[in-house]
Amino acid sequence: MPKFDFDVITMGHGSGGLLTHRLLQSGVFDILKNELLDQQHDGASFELEGRTAFSTDSYVISPIFFPGGNIGELAVNGTVNDLAMCGADAKYLSLAFIIEEGLSMEAFWNVLTGVKYAVQKTGVKIVTGDTKVVEKGKGDQLFINTSGVGIIHPKAQIHHDHIEAGDKIIISGNLAQHGIAIMSKRQGLEFETDIVSDTANLNHTVRGLLDVIGPDIKFMRDPTRGGLASVLNELAEIRKLGFVIEQDALPIDEQVEGACEMLGLDPLYVANEGSFVAIVSPQHADLAVSLLHADPNGVNARIIGEVTREHAGKVMLKSRIGGHRVVGYLTGEQLPRIC
Amino acid sequence: MKYLSEYRDPELVHEYVNELHRITTRPWTLMEICGGQTHSLVKNGILDMLPEQITMVHGPGCPVCVTSVSVIDEAIYLASQPNVILCSFGDMLRVPGSRKSLLEAKAEGADVRILYSPLEAVELAKKNPDKEVVFFAVGFETTAPANALSVVHADNQGVHNYSILASHVLVPPAMEAILSDEENQIDSFLAAGHVCTIMGMEEYYPVAEKYQIPIVVTGFEPVDLLQGIVMAVRQLEKGEYKVENQYARSVQREGNRMAQDTIQKVFEVSDRTWRGIGSIPQSGYEVNERYRQYNSRIKFAIDIPLAEENKECISGDIMKGLKKPRQCPNFGTKCKPEHPLGAPMVSSEGACAAYYQYSFSGTGTTEAVSS
Repeated sequence: MPKFDFDVITMGHGSGGLLTHRLLQSGVFDILKNELLDQQHDGASFELEGRTAFSTDSYVISPIFFPGGNIGELAVNGTVNDLAMCGADAKYLSLAFIIEEGLSMEAFWNVLTGVKYAVQKTGVKIVTGDTKVVEKGKGDQLFINTSGVGIIHPKAQIHHDHIEAGDKIIISGNLAQHGIAIMSKRQGLEFETDIVSDTANLNHTVRGLLDVIGPDIKFMRDPTRGGLASVLNELAEIRKLGFVIEQDALPIDEQVEGACEMLGLDPLYVANEGSFVAIVSPQHADLAVSLLHADPNGVNARIIGEVTREHAGKVMLKSRIGGHRVVGYLTGEQLPRIC
Repeated sequence: MKYLSEYRDPELVHEYVNELHRITTRPWTLMEICGGQTHSLVKNGILDMLPEQITMVHGPGCPVCVTSVSVIDEAIYLASQPNVILCSFGDMLRVPGSRKSLLEAKAEGADVRILYSPLEAVELAKKNPDKEVVFFAVGFETTAPANALSVVHADNQGVHNYSILASHVLVPPAMEAILSDEENQIDSFLAAGHVCTIMGMEEYYPVAEKYQIPIVVTGFEPVDLLQGIVMAVRQLEKGEYKVENQYARSVQREGNRMAQDTIQKVFEVSDRTWRGIGSIPQSGYEVNERYRQYNSRIKFAIDIPLAEENKECISGDIMKGLKKPRQCPNFGTKCKPEHPLGAPMVSSEGACAAYYQYSFSGTGTTEAVSS
């Protein structure tokens, strides 16, 4: 960590004056160095070739450091993954901080380190950004927004219109890891566990799939907030088809399952940050799973269900003991239960 | 997951389902007391596996559902005081009071925190000596010992900025209220395993005897529930009315004596108003004289008008087992989890929430769920 003038971020660091300049020079620009950012202009100028995807997301996670990552890493991976779900390989990102006065310089530096780590892994470049500071009590330590552009894979034909009855539903990794890792550190809920967030960049994983079975991937979505259940409900509603999943097929880590039982949470609604749902034609579903198994982000990939004509507009779960039930939308926030 | 997967074993489930079909010769109506049991029945699709003659009706055992509008109003009043941190179990937050819920009060700036244990609230009080920390102590006999213990801890450690808003309710008086209702049609109870873990089974013998009704103390997993139903139906078919214990891995006849002692140390039995049902004599716990300084009602001299229940909500009939959620004209239309008319639609243990979440599409039609 370089030497900064202050131990904590002050209002002055967002003033646009000398303190902002020093923070950016000895912090942000240095660690995220690339030819476009180095121009230090109001925006970045570049050329893109091919069909382009554009996405944005804001990150307000609490706590900002969690088992398996931090808000900086999450902010890069999140937008890179949103682009990947469009079939696009992320090229350039913007990075905007809203910092609450009083955040320690060390914490800020550690977040930047997280950003850098994710940038290196994904291969994306941060080319423009912004830093604002708000008064104590007007924020929650640190909020980040990232927006990004990416080039769509030439073989990608991702659109929910392509989903048909008979298509298979694939999940690329274990469910509910991220949400439970965060929950385990929330004030008042702390419990001892080795569960870590699954935050990861999915752009390379998705590219690997598209290279081989491009048009057979009908649709992809990363089930972040609202979890798997919300993604499938949206699709069921739009496509007027049934989405039937099997409880026994869902990949859930034993510790995560235990924590969900204890906290009274349904893993189908818990957030993920490093796995995605793919709707794939039945002919290539097994191939998709074996391709995923060869990728570090896809070792737990599985076919979890099927798109059907029956149960149109609904998500159904076949329970372990053979019963069926509707999996609805989550209303509000999942709250811990009473007893 | 060991200790859970055994109780979700598909083969055992099917054995009990087959057994139930074999032994059932007449129509029977069973009530599961606890909302956790209701959710397990619906979530696992068990209701559709039962013989047609067996009707399960859902009991009052959802502490969130039975907490009266006036008590929610008291909690909101306390939370809105400038110096108060109000701590609560998570699922109380969405329950509507007469004008708003705690979640809405929080959005307006009240300091409302979700905790898992009342002992954390005592710690919070120690860390915030300038604030008054109130714990919203709801629940059946299950949560009463920990809530009582928090008062004992606060008293032992001289934490005077801590108090509890007690709204505890008791199962046996509610069972009697249900059985005394003219329209009651319940043939047998599945008693709540967790409540009996604390209180034991003694209180149920006189109830079984007086109303000549079989009571089976039952757990929450699919195998537990099916075994409990089989035990109850066996008794009914033979014309017996015993108290039996399906949940023997957790429940002992005398219960947990240490927990009962803690309850008795801090609480006294009092009348309590149940949402939708009305006042039931001697059906709740209130903080006793000895610990009155830890009773939020006395400490803050709460004096707010009694609120009326929303008349459009038939929660009383739902919790007495007289009506099923789908028989409510407002189910899924005017009343949904995102804008509930009453607590059974918001609580994670509420019967209406269970039906809505696991068997209702949300698009305006209900679907028969088959196995």
